[in-house]
Amino acid sequence: MTELIVKNGFVYDPLNRIDGEKMDICIRDKKIVKSVKDKAKVVDASGMVVMPGGVDIHSHIAGGEVDTGRLLRPEDHVKDVEVKTAVTRSGVGFSIPSTFTTGYRYSKMGYTTVMNPSTPPLQARHTHEELADTPMIDKGTYPLLGDWWISLEHIRDGLLEENAAHIAWMLKAARGYAIKIVNPGGLEAWGFGRNVHSLDDVVPNFGITPREIVRGLCKVNTMLNLPHTIHVHTNNLGQPGNYVTALETMKCVEDLAREDRPVLHITHIQFCAFKGEDWARLKSGAEDIANYVNNHNHVTLDVGQVVFADTTTMTADGPFQFGLYHLTGNKWVNHDVETETSGGIVPFTYKRSSSVHATQWSIALEIMLLIKDPWKVLMTTDHPNAGPFFYYPKIMAWYISKRARENVLKKINKRARKKSLLPSIDRELSLYELAIVTRAGQAKALGLKDKGHLGVGADADIAIYNINPERVDPSKKFVSARKAFDRAAYTIKDGEIVVKDGEIVKQVFGKTYWVDVECARNHCRKTRARANDNIKKKFKDYWTVEYENYPIREGFLHSSAPVAVKAEI
Amino acid sequence: MVITLIPKRVFKFPIEGKNISPDVFAKKSAKKIAALEMWEGNRKLSIGDLFDIKVDSSSSEELTIKIEGNVGKVRNIGFRMSMGQVIVDGDAGMHLGEGMSGGSIVVAGNAGSWAGSQMKEGTIEIKGNAGDYIGAAYRGSTKGMKGGKVIIHGNAGHEVGCYMNGGLIKILGDVGIFAGIHMVNGTIFVQGTSQGRAGAQMTNGKIILAGHSEDVMPSFTIEDIKAKVKVDGEKIEGPFYRFTGDLADKGKGKLYVSKTKNPYLKSYEKYL
Repeated sequence: MTELIVKNGFVYDPLNRIDGEKMDICIRDKKIVKSVKDKAKVVDASGMVVMPGGVDIHSHIAGGEVDTGRLLRPEDHVKDVEVKTAVTRSGVGFSIPSTFTTGYRYSKMGYTTVMNPSTPPLQARHTHEELADTPMIDKGTYPLLGDWWISLEHIRDGLLEENAAHIAWMLKAARGYAIKIVNPGGLEAWGFGRNVHSLDDVVPNFGITPREIVRGLCKVNTMLNLPHTIHVHTNNLGQPGNYVTALETMKCVEDLAREDRPVLHITHIQFCAFKGEDWARLKSGAEDIANYVNNHNHVTLDVGQVVFADTTTMTADGPFQFGLYHLTGNKWVNHDVETETSGGIVPFTYKRSSSVHATQWSIALEIMLLIKDPWKVLMTTDHPNAGPFFYYPKIMAWYISKRARENVLKKINKRARKKSLLPSIDRELSLYELAIVTRAGQAKALGLKDKGHLGVGADADIAIYNINPERVDPSKKFVSARKAFDRAAYTIKDGEIVVKDGEIVKQVFGKTYWVDVECARNHCRKTRARANDNIKKKFKDYWTVEYENYPIREGFLHSSAPVAVKAEI
Repeated sequence: MVITLIPKRVFKFPIEGKNISPDVFAKKSAKKIAALEMWEGNRKLSIGDLFDIKVDSSSSEELTIKIEGNVGKVRNIGFRMSMGQVIVDGDAGMHLGEGMSGGSIVVAGNAGSWAGSQMKEGTIEIKGNAGDYIGAAYRGSTKGMKGGKVIIHGNAGHEVGCYMNGGLIKILGDVGIFAGIHMVNGTIFVQGTSQGRAGAQMTNGKIILAGHSEDVMPSFTIEDIKAKVKVDGEKIEGPFYRFTGDLADKGKGKLYVSKTKNPYLKSYEKYL
């Protein structure tokens, strides 16, 4: 039994409404407890900020796409080499770090839970193999289910319960955590060289629309009682004028909301908040999006903040990536995953001098600052699409300090600066709000009950930063705040000190979350059995893989952490 | 100041020689230089373990590193150097003068592949032959040599000047295939024969083939015949066929091919 006490820190724990109170946090084994014995090891956090360990809802850290991205970009790695130490392994960065480096860098910033947001179910085995090799953090992955033939067939035929049973099977087979939908219908159309451009375009061969797919899967999500909502990457991503599509997508599930609980998460909203007819007239749609979200409670967002850096874009949105290749002329990868999804990779550099890139940077900040309720909008960079995750401290500085934003604003493209709404926004996030958008809100949106807070019974994942809010105003001393967020004074993972003064002192391996759906009623079990038979049959027709080889055994995961949910059907 | 390095033995394994650079040696005593780290294969050694070091601080010329012997196994000599001089009496290994931004390197023997890759300024002179990817970009990168000069008295290998973006590569011997592939700017001059496919996917820049060339890519179009071409202030007598390409990449690069050494190109003249 190991005991630890974090003493005298300024605690920011928004889920328990603790705002900078000076208090002690007691830890026994892997959990936070009420009290510990006197001989417990003391971590002196006096004059420091204590927050729950960071949670990232959307960061591409593992899987087929990420790995292909690594192979595609040797020049990305050569500039950022990590040498092995007595504790850590060697590795490389930059925009697509190797698995071990990914884990270390997250941990150094005080992050303890990271969700990998997309994996084609067919490649889930690869994803889990990489996640098993990603140390320091708890993780999970969302299978791409928005263009899966079997699901599309059920939506076409109006078989909701059957669809739910099939999705439940797939979540278990791929050991996934949530339903990910990317460009619904568009990826299926992409298999035939086409795309869909609005929620009401017809998906070839199925005769259904993206609207039906989003609504159908949203209903399934509620029926299965999954901890997270559906995780949606909208149609028309990265096209001027697409803020309309984003708003339509939010509107289309308005009536499915229950008791003010979110039913939809729109990811990297910055990429679908473009106003204007073409690239030359690109404007920010942040105000419209923020207005809508301020007036509705059924949706959560993450921003996908652009940082000015050389990065690698990778999404399952094949048609979008193909467009990006034509835009940049860079090397590219594009592929189709049988019956399930597609994918693409293009290296990309965001430049301050580009009017479009600078506007994108501004849009993401505007959305974050114009949405009044921080529980609705979360910080991400959609790593590595809008920037590598280790730029988070820089982004946090932009959130807490207007001056930090102005420093960048001075240097960006003139046209973009003129159009930006940022000079008119005075809001600076408090440390309490920052804790929401970087951990508490993320854990809440994910439905991870033991994460993102420091109440009794929570996982002992804690980040301690060397900022003294009594002495300094982080909005003025944003550089030192940024440095503090960059190198956590301590990171505690499962009750063990793993980072001290920004250096890894112990290597640990986190758990992998997946949802284990249990059906409540007999009737559902029958549906499930039928679904199983149906899938067995379909494997012969659709896949090149045998049914027996497809599901991933639980023992295959490094450290399995099933989240048991009872379906409502 | 002249610092002389003499290999203590014949090297069998690759040696990481990033520390052999005037910028690293500057203002260091012989003892400190001897202690600089150097990896031989998987063993961590120091320069003193591998070389005898003599420091002659009497001469007033700029900082010169003289290597007396064959160091064909030593990579990255002159890595990112910005001043001074490196003189190699024998062969030099791969990545000679990679990313250098000033100073000069002279090699009496042969040099390995990647010499002058990503260099920005300065000169490299190789008296013997050189390998592939001279003045090229790092694998996967699109940023090759940006400036400076590489002069090769012997032959060079394949893909010379890959993604080259400035400067001059002068080859007095023969060259392999794909000279100036992906070239964006700068000049490549080849005195001897070229194995062909020069300028593939080039978007700009200048390639002069003064000798025989196996072929001219079909994605190049003939412009005119020039009597002479200027290379680095020096006039090269022609006549030369002047081609533009690579049209497959909407390129505006210029490819000069000697008329007298390539009579088979006469068929192009009807398009003039």
